[in-house]
Amino acid sequence: MNRRTLLATAALGLGLAFGGSASAAGMDKVKACFVYVGPIGDGGWTFQHEQGRVALEAAYGDKVETAYQENVPEGADAERVLTQMALSGCNIIFTTSFGYMDQTNAVAAKFPNVMFEHATGYKRDSANVSTYNARFYEGRAVQGHIAGKMTKSNKIGYIASFPIPEVIMGINSYYLHAKKANPAVELSVVWAFTWFDPAKEADAAKALIDQGVDVIASHTDSTAPLAEAAKTNGAVIGFGQASDMTEYKDGPRVSSIIDNWAPYYIKRVGALLDGTYAQADAWEGIAGGEVTIGEITAAVPADVKAEAEALRDAIAAGTYHPFTGPINKQDGTAWLAEGEVAPDGDLLGMGFYVEGVTGDIPN
Amino acid sequence: MFGGIDPTLLLAALIVASVPIILAAIGELVVERAGVLNLGVEGMMIMGAVCGFIAAVETGNPVLGFVGGAAGGAALSLIFAVLTQFLLANQVATGLALTLFGLGLSSLLGQSYVGIKPPLTGDVPLGPLADLPFLGKVLFSHDWVVYLSVASVAAVWWVLRSTRTGLILRAVGESHDAAHALGYKVRRIRVLAIMFGGAMAGLGGAYISLVRVPQWTDGITSGAGWIALAIVVFASWRPWRALLGAYLFGGITVLQLNLQAAGARIPVEYLSSAPYLITILVLVIMSSGKGKAALNAPASLGQNFHASR
Repeated sequence: MNRRTLLATAALGLGLAFGGSASAAGMDKVKACFVYVGPIGDGGWTFQHEQGRVALEAAYGDKVETAYQENVPEGADAERVLTQMALSGCNIIFTTSFGYMDQTNAVAAKFPNVMFEHATGYKRDSANVSTYNARFYEGRAVQGHIAGKMTKSNKIGYIASFPIPEVIMGINSYYLHAKKANPAVELSVVWAFTWFDPAKEADAAKALIDQGVDVIASHTDSTAPLAEAAKTNGAVIGFGQASDMTEYKDGPRVSSIIDNWAPYYIKRVGALLDGTYAQADAWEGIAGGEVTIGEITAAVPADVKAEAEALRDAIAAGTYHPFTGPINKQDGTAWLAEGEVAPDGDLLGMGFYVEGVTGDIPN
Repeated sequence: MFGGIDPTLLLAALIVASVPIILAAIGELVVERAGVLNLGVEGMMIMGAVCGFIAAVETGNPVLGFVGGAAGGAALSLIFAVLTQFLLANQVATGLALTLFGLGLSSLLGQSYVGIKPPLTGDVPLGPLADLPFLGKVLFSHDWVVYLSVASVAAVWWVLRSTRTGLILRAVGESHDAAHALGYKVRRIRVLAIMFGGAMAGLGGAYISLVRVPQWTDGITSGAGWIALAIVVFASWRPWRALLGAYLFGGITVLQLNLQAAGARIPVEYLSSAPYLITILVLVIMSSGKGKAALNAPASLGQNFHASR
């Protein structure tokens, strides 16, 4: 809450500081609209965006009006929804799934006075299109550390969705930090080829458990992997993904990565209100409050918890980057030299495993 | 152990993973043998999943949960029955609409049940049988629904093959005009078959939300109903083949995940497309043989019946 208010006041402060011309372009009231790919009750990705929308209303009260549409398919339908929203007086439209990328840019070109914000994309064809994403790999580093310390079988697992840089980044970060905490650790990756299929996610978790894996991280949207881990009566632990997944706190969930979009939504709408809005390519992490590490439960020993929290704080303070050399690629060629920090460009296009991860990345 | 995979665990996992598909497929098989094509299996499954979940959570009894699931699926199928049997609506379009309706309605009903854990369905205590090496783990340490799924296949096979009821049901599916001329109540038989199919799909859905993934989430069945539909065709409308098809599909799905987890040096693309490729392959082989799978389809499948005489 503090960070959120801080950002809001900072944005307001900026507006006041620039005064004159900037505030002239500001608005008295902003209508912010959201396009969701799933239902707001999915318990993960879309649920967290919805939380951001609610926080936005709470932050600005009468000065902001919001609207949203759920279950908008990626594709031509999205273009219709976006056009409808732009025509209905939305000043800023947040499109919250990667698959809306082309539709967002197409509609944005027709409505230059409406601001468009596309989550996890990279295309900004017109001046009114911004993109935003979160540095989830920072959270994976904390999870990896816990996984390395907590595993008894020295086998840890990762349920991956699709072979895109964001997922590969997560696998690498998770593995590197597990390895650092426990050099004997081995990682099994299972590609589910879905974002959301609870039965398949549960099967994937079961396959990992049958192989002797006792710590599971997942990159899919449902809580099914945790439900599967819960059947082992504490022998297997896991992490909440996208949302805190607190319902498994007294079971296998020992921590979580929470996507917290609220600070970003508040910052952007605030900028629109006070006239400081500008096109952006935002990629915030733990420091910006977009990635939050969910409470580490009592199942984790106090010293491991303290180390994990220290790691989190070091990342937040900017004194540590999860991808700091020396790091080699899987084939043994050098990627980062001693002390070198991964450039953002390398991360955004990441298509390789780091040294030590077995298996191949599907194409 | 071969290739780092324990066949005992694999077979046990395969049997559990196939249960929802078997239940839904065997229900749909009866519906189609009665000459009705209900494409709404996915919708009935998810209604069963949400109704079963709600019933189990509210009563605290998993068995009542499955009863609720069956009732939910049957209730939704009744809409289909009224539309197609009494109002003579197109079966394909009605079935597709039923899926969309079921998905939406289940999401609405389940809103306040997200994040709740249902009461557990335990394994059936089979005493010393469960301690047998290999067989104990594979066959004798499952919950009761697993056994019900196999029993329902046997029951449907026996009823269709050896009873008067089965004969009438098949007659209605092969030629509803002839059955009508003989004095059988075509409409009533079909409505009952549709409701049976709905109840079985509902049971399958409830198995997903109560056992397989013990939780409620929107869209939890994610396509299992479509696979069940395909399995019926794959089985050329024969119950035991449906069981085989479901185990084959479920088995390959589980196997490919296990191979990945075990670090097999096979490209993931081949592994994850394997269930579909092998299903297509088997279909091609079966329909090219002497049996001619396509010829086995009920002759009146998908045709509406109107008693004009």
